[in-house]
Amino acid sequence: MSNHGHDEETKVRVDFKEVNRDIFSVMTDTGPRYYVVMALFAMAAVGLFILPWAYQIYNGQGVTGLNVPVVWGVYLVNFVFWVGVAHAGTLISAMLFITKTPWRRAIARSAESMTLLALFLVTLFIFIHMGRPWNFYWTFPYPNQRQLWLNFQSPIMFDVFAIGTYFTSSVVFLYFGMIPDFAALKHHATGWRKQLYSVLSVGWRGSDKEWHVHGKATMFFASFIMPLVVSVHSIVSWDFALSIVPGYTKTVFAPYFVTGALLSGFAGVITMLTLVRWAFPVTKKYITLMHYDRVGVFILVLSLTWSYLTGLEVFTGIYANTTYETEHLIYKLAVSPYIYLFSLMIFCNTVLPLILILKKVRKSTSAMFVMCLFIIVGMWLERYLIIPNSLSRKFLPYMWHDYMPTWVEGAITIGAFCAFVTMFMVMIKIAPIISPFEVKEDSGVPMEKGGH
Amino acid sequence: MSVLKSIGGKLKSYRTGGNQETADHRWGMVVDLDRCNGCEACVVACYAENNLPVVGEADCAVSRAFSWIRIERYVEGEYPNVKTGFIPIMCQQCGKAPCETGCPVYATYHNQDGLNVQVYNRCVGTFTCATYCPYDVRRFNWRSYKPQAPLDEQLNPDVSVREMGVMEKCTFCIQRIVAAKDKAKDENRAVKDGDVRPACVQSCPPGALVFGDLNDPASEVSKLAKSPRRYRLLEELNADPSVIYLKRVADEGKNE
Repeated sequence: MSNHGHDEETKVRVDFKEVNRDIFSVMTDTGPRYYVVMALFAMAAVGLFILPWAYQIYNGQGVTGLNVPVVWGVYLVNFVFWVGVAHAGTLISAMLFITKTPWRRAIARSAESMTLLALFLVTLFIFIHMGRPWNFYWTFPYPNQRQLWLNFQSPIMFDVFAIGTYFTSSVVFLYFGMIPDFAALKHHATGWRKQLYSVLSVGWRGSDKEWHVHGKATMFFASFIMPLVVSVHSIVSWDFALSIVPGYTKTVFAPYFVTGALLSGFAGVITMLTLVRWAFPVTKKYITLMHYDRVGVFILVLSLTWSYLTGLEVFTGIYANTTYETEHLIYKLAVSPYIYLFSLMIFCNTVLPLILILKKVRKSTSAMFVMCLFIIVGMWLERYLIIPNSLSRKFLPYMWHDYMPTWVEGAITIGAFCAFVTMFMVMIKIAPIISPFEVKEDSGVPMEKGGH
Repeated sequence: MSVLKSIGGKLKSYRTGGNQETADHRWGMVVDLDRCNGCEACVVACYAENNLPVVGEADCAVSRAFSWIRIERYVEGEYPNVKTGFIPIMCQQCGKAPCETGCPVYATYHNQDGLNVQVYNRCVGTFTCATYCPYDVRRFNWRSYKPQAPLDEQLNPDVSVREMGVMEKCTFCIQRIVAAKDKAKDENRAVKDGDVRPACVQSCPPGALVFGDLNDPASEVSKLAKSPRRYRLLEELNADPSVIYLKRVADEGKNE
């Protein structure tokens, strides 16, 4: 991919010393307001996420709104949603690395951090939705004297491996990329930070050989991680597509889920970058309107693909022409309140992103921010309209039953967002949110001159 | 090569649907809808035999009733020409059960008797089996159901009381099947037709439910299964259920 024309535009020209100073100031200059906001989010995470979960563990899944036909509810919606949010980070850091897309550098690190934190929530949501979460380790293949083994036919089992692989490789990739940054930062840091970064930088000196090996290894990890962008969410979609439930069993689900995941993921990236830019004005030098423009193009393309696949999903249901599929479609597309939710979803994910055709919108941070919030809501609704809604209308009409989430499910859903923000705010202060060495690469000066 | 072949053969035998070709039995049930009068004695018998919790009105209203066997009622037509029907539905013990492929930990699997069994102690509660089940016969322990005061005196000692957070369903009264097999073994003979009678079959006043071994061509269920009225529920899903329904034809032509 050669886009020399764009290269000049995408480069961030900042002095090496200034890069280090700016990024280090983001990590260390913490005002009281930051602590207050972080404490509020942490309190919300405890009050809305941890305590309701403890209440649920103590009292059983009966505190949710689940019932017998609808046994998968909001927790699974959140699970799929957060896997989706995780995907954009991997796409930016791995796929765009391999295609040597220049504008990825300044935003890759924050997107990757988002991947890691989202995957942490994904893991939690699997346990939250289980009936006996204290036995979670039974889903891992470990040798035991009772000779109990796992069912490798089960799509849930595929999930355990997919999410496990994704989480492990994300941690390794993220940490590996940070080693030169930690080494650079340890020269600026004092106190506990210096000790921490000295340990984390594992003796990185910045010799030519080290850079060479680092580059090779990053390319290797990126190639390894790249298929995960497609495979993980395909596997998540198979939880549903491999069943025989009308509304779940559709072959279009794998690409549909992957596209939706990237759409919500990029919306998440923009939301987060906007907040970072707002909280730390110094980052505006690095995260520029050009990034909004490029991500906006991505969102537009993904939104159009998603809309096409949504049409295809509905069409397959109509074309199947079985009574079960028809009943499911009637429930989803013609019954209140789901018809309103469906319309809202289409508005958020198809109609609204069309304004991205205008470059003016793509270059406006506030417009992008608001639109991305809408997309996040729309993508959450998409999963909601698939997961509990299909189960409400299964095969035997006698068992048809509606589903209404309770306050516990609502609180945990909101609490998860608060927990995400808390973790992200902690992360910003411990690890560089913008990779100094990647930004320096943009400047095109030989590394030796800059020191670190 | 012979070693490879034997391994290959073994792997293939694991793959055959539900391995009932080599199984000792294939327990099945015939439900004669001509005889069923919808009295729900089977439902009550099941509650008593299998230690099912009585969950109360509030839980039943949100579709958390615990009955392993239920009588589904359907009403057809407008007022003067109303036609009602009912059908008892329990776990269909599918030969190619959709639920079995869903469970990540083998808490539900196919045993050597062609039964679809549930291991309560192994269940971690992922709900996948209940999602995949097309008959909605699986029941979940939404909370700790403590047996109420007089009812705890009548718990069946042969059946466990399930913990909060596990899935359960009709077992074809597996405790009775095991007891019958043990007795037959003590008497040094094979299990005869009629040795096993699940609680619902035992308590059915008109004798609408018949239980037996579908592998045994001489058993009563095998003979009834040849009836021209025979059908299986949602057969187009190809789950190969072991419960065979005999269509209701008694009042055919009268309500026209």
